[in-house]
Order: sequence, then structure tokens, then C-alpha cells
Amino acid sequence: MTSEDSVLVQVQNLKKYFPIYKGLIVNKHVNDVKAVDDISFDVYKGETLGLVGETGCGKTTVGRTILHLYRPTSGKIIFGGINLADLGENEMRVMRRRMQMIFQDPYASLNPRMTVGSIISAPLDVHTSANRKEKQDQVQELLKIVGLNPDFVNRYPHEFSGGQRQRIGIARALALSPDLIICDEPISSLDVSIQAQVVNLLEELQERLGLTYIFIAHDLSMVRHISNRMVVMYLGKIMELADRNEIYLRPLHPYTQALMSAVPIPDPDKARNRQRILLEGDIPSPVNPPIGCNFNTRCPIATEECFKIDPEYRELTPKHFVACHHAEQFIK
Amino acid sequence: MEPLLSINNLKTRFHTEDGIVKAVNGVSYSMKVGEVLGVVGESGCGKSVHALSIMRLIQIPPGEIESGEIWFDGRDLLKLDNNDMRHVRGRDIAMVFQDPMSSLNPVYTVGFQICEALMLHKKMNKNEARHRAVELLTLVGIPEAKRRLDNYPHQFSGGMRQRAMIAMALSCEPKLLIADEPTTALDVTIQAQIINLVVKLQEELGMAVMWITHDLGIVAEMAHTINVMYAGYIIERGNVRDIYKRTLHPYTFGLLGSLPVIDEAPGTKLISIPGLPPDLIDLPKGCPFYVRCTYRVDQCKFELPPLMESESSQHTVACWRWQEIDGKGTK
Repeated sequence: MTSEDSVLVQVQNLKKYFPIYKGLIVNKHVNDVKAVDDISFDVYKGETLGLVGETGCGKTTVGRTILHLYRPTSGKIIFGGINLADLGENEMRVMRRRMQMIFQDPYASLNPRMTVGSIISAPLDVHTSANRKEKQDQVQELLKIVGLNPDFVNRYPHEFSGGQRQRIGIARALALSPDLIICDEPISSLDVSIQAQVVNLLEELQERLGLTYIFIAHDLSMVRHISNRMVVMYLGKIMELADRNEIYLRPLHPYTQALMSAVPIPDPDKARNRQRILLEGDIPSPVNPPIGCNFNTRCPIATEECFKIDPEYRELTPKHFVACHHAEQFIK
Repeated sequence: MEPLLSINNLKTRFHTEDGIVKAVNGVSYSMKVGEVLGVVGESGCGKSVHALSIMRLIQIPPGEIESGEIWFDGRDLLKLDNNDMRHVRGRDIAMVFQDPMSSLNPVYTVGFQICEALMLHKKMNKNEARHRAVELLTLVGIPEAKRRLDNYPHQFSGGMRQRAMIAMALSCEPKLLIADEPTTALDVTIQAQIINLVVKLQEELGMAVMWITHDLGIVAEMAHTINVMYAGYIIERGNVRDIYKRTLHPYTFGLLGSLPVIDEAPGTKLISIPGLPPDLIDLPKGCPFYVRCTYRVDQCKFELPPLMESESSQHTVACWRWQEIDGKGTK
């Protein structure tokens, strides 16, 4: 499914800092929350790239910065060969047609006072010159695609369950036939049996419409299920990037290894027999990340070097990137 | 041996403007001393409400425990007066809730909140209680416990708050710990820490644990017995291996199928359960899973299947057609 030679999005040395100000009279810029700190990766056409990490690792900020909902502090987002930073407001609006987003909370991301029909046709109002009849047909078609009854156009969001609302969000994202959809934790607020429905729908739509996804979530098994390649983030940096099988069979970063071993396994025999790598402590604050490697406060194999030098993010084996001084020992 | 907890035909209702919400519909089971029970189900299946009913923490009205008996340690909790019940809560049965921030009081220090329980239930004086609180915080793995005692909840991280809640729950050495989705709000690496902690403490202290969750993955590791709940009914109950390896109910089967496993082969499709859980105000006459079930027959529509014994008396299931599903449940 992935065609390796066609890159849709290039993220180059992306940084996003949120400034912290202090003082009432003299508003002094005292520090930054380093939400995303110098990351680079490519997204290929037609693939699903999974972004995983724990709370505060910057995964959502990456998604929003790619869409230029946040202006990057530095670094480039190149979408289909065009550097988004070079675009003016009007040009950017045209680009937005090609990239859409599905949000985490299906209760907060749909306007309760708008009908389903007007929610889904809102992008069409802004970006196309379709007339009323055309829009109506399109909305009904979109509802059918996401598995909802097309007669629901005049209903309001509160009449739907969480899973159905997420389908409405998907229909809205599909309205302009985008190339890229950023799915920001689209299933984490749904029940298990409903999660599978939504994930299956996303997979089916990708196959049918040739979509590219960036799938952001904290649930490692779900991300592995849906992705072709996976990015593991920690405290604003990429720790590891590799193919879904490669990263599972041969995780090179101690953080990825710990994350994998913490995933609950729905099988009593396997769950009881495995070795767990338990991480000590909590994630440090992104305002004052540790000196050297970001992971050094919790890393089981950290050495003196890790507390001094920030490890380089490098391609250790073909197409397998890792940022760790000691990753070599894990190449089997 | 006498069971620690024995629930008999528990029914809990909520009277709302839209009608009567039938949250728990005749739940019966028992728990042994030192047993770890996993209660699994999706939102609205009654798993939390049934636990709150045991603790008698259902607000009346709008709630009502319509019928049933909850035998704990030789007494029916539903017949105790409020004063006696207050002694059971915290001392005999303790509970840890999902959201540690909203279950700790933000205007008191963590130390004060732990000491409060000790002074009330164990009749300790202030110094003894403080001393014990330091021990408890150390036990649950909070570094510099003595200094941390004077911190307020907002100075703790999410994982530490949940540890403090567990310390508080363990303070009076309860016979039963009810953990209601204690790790849902936490990250996976922190979740692994908490699970490890509870398993370790359970083995050391020999208490019984009821772990309520929507995640079949979590309880696979720790539970001895599993209750699967749906629409206020227990629809399957058995020891942990039977539930996962010899699944008998189509709903349990569907739940397991909709979970991705970390070691799955490429191209695996998730099996989703179509449709939605039933409205608890307007429950169907027959099997509550009828509309979503792929095994349904006419009998299911009209006759509610009771929890019946399968080949083993330990493994019970509420499905008319379990014999046909038996054997297909191995993944």
C-alpha cells in the first residue's frame, strides 16, 4: 500500500515552543514549554503513520503544527512540495482543503446548535461554490460512506452516541476529499466495541479513497494495528521511528521497549509469563527537560554520557531511526 | 470456607425524569477471601453502580437498591444502619476511584487525609497516625514520604495521587479493596507501575481485590475470576483462563475480537460488534444482547437467558446457545 518514493509531507527540524510570561507590569518572557523540540520525519502517500507517546510528549502539537493551526517556532513543513511557511493566508486556506483533522472528543468538536447536515456541509460552504442541491446530495453521500442513515441530516449532535458522533466528524473531514487526515486520538473516548467499529471504518475508507493518515494515540496496540510505520515520542522528541513490525520485533530504544512491555495483553498465559520493564518515576516537565538525553531520568541503561550529550537521531539500520547512545546493543 | 462477599439478586435503579434506569438487574455472585475478581464491561453496563451499591454509596433518591442481599463477613450490608455502615466503609471495604484528582480533597494535605481515616477507624492518636501514614506512603512507592505528607494533592503527579489513594485505602487493612478503573486516567507506563503495586500488596496483605475495568487486557494479568457485565447483567463468569481461552458468550467473544493485540499478524481485521448497547430505561424482554448478536434465534428475543452452568460449575454463562460457541473462543 505504501509507495515509498512519493512523499506527501516532510517535517524538517520542527520546533514548537510555547512561551511562558511572568510579571504584571513588565511582561517578561521567562521560559518556554518545549512541546516539540527539533523533530524530522516524512509521511508517504497512502500510508498510515502512527504517533505514540504518553501525556505531554508533544504528539498532538505535532499534528496541529503540521496543519499550521500552530505556527512552528522554527523548522519546515513541506506539504506536496510546498513549504507551508511561504504561503499567505489565502493560499494557506486553499491548502487546508487538502488536509483535515478528526478530533479526540466527539462531544466537544461538533457544534451542538448545528444540524448534522450543516456541520458536514460547513467545509463545502467555505471552500466550494456548490449550490444547495449539490451540497445536500454530497452530505447524504458522505453520511452513507461513514455508515450513518442519510435521513439523519436534520438531527442534532446530542441525538447521537459517541461512536456515531465520531462518524459525523469523519464525514466532515472527508467532505473536501483531502489527501491527508490527521486523526488525533479519534477513538480514546469510545468504548472498546465501538473503537473497533471506527477503526475498521477508517481502514476501509483509506483503502477506498487512497487517504494518508497520521494517527495519533497513546494506545500502542491500536496504533500498531492501524499503522504502516510508527513514531515513538517522548518529551517533545522522537525516540524511535520504524516499520510496524520492525519496531515490535526489534525495538532499539529502551523507552520503546518499556512502552511495549507495559501494554496490557488480553491473554492470561502470555500476560503472566512476560518480562516487564518497569519504568521508575514520572515524565519530567517539558519546561525544564533534563540535560543530555530527555529520557535519562527514567532510563534503565543510562550512563554518564546520557546525562551530558543529547543523543543524535540517526538511521541505525535501514529505515529504522533511533535517538539513543546505546541502541547498538539491541540490534540482534 | 465461608465466602467473604456474597451478593444475592442485587437490583439497583435510578428514578429519572425520562423513566426508571435499570442499572443493575439481579446480580448474584460470591468472592472468596484473598480472591482477585475482575469486573469487565463497557460504559453503562452497571459495573461501577454495582460496586457503589456494595459500599452503599448510591445516592437515594434518585437511586434505589430495589432488592437483594449483600452478605459481607456474616452481615447483610443492606440491612445495616448508617452508623454501622460507616464503620464498614474504609475499615472493612475500601475503594479507589478512577479520577484521583477529584477524589482527594484539594484543601487538605495528603497526610491529613490519610491520618483522618487512621484516627477514625484505628483510634490512633495524631503522632501514631502520622507515623503510620509515612509507612503507607513508602509502601506504595512514594519517595521522601515524610516530606510528601505535608504536600497538597495538586503537588502530586497523576500516578502519585493514585498511589496516595491506594495508601489511604490500605490504611486500615481492609478485607476487600474495590478498585474502580484506577488506571484509566493514567499513562501506560504509570498504569504498569500501579498494577504491579496492587498485585504485590494483594499478595503481601492477602486482601481480596475487585478490579473494575473496561480493558480485558489489564485483568488478564492479575485476576483469578472474571465477571463480564452487559446492560446490568452478569453475562459470563468464570476463572480467568476459561473466559479468555474458552469464551462462551458472544459478547465476550466480540469484546476480545475488537481488541488489537500487540503481537498481531499484519492485515488482521478487528471484529467489531455492530450496533449499540440497549437503553437501560427500555430494556428488551429477552436477551439484552439480542439486537447485536450474530447467534440470535427467536428464543433469545422472548426469553431472558439466566446465568447457567456450562460443563464446569465454575464457568457460568447467560446465553441459550453457548454450546455452539464453545470451542470457537480460542484465539
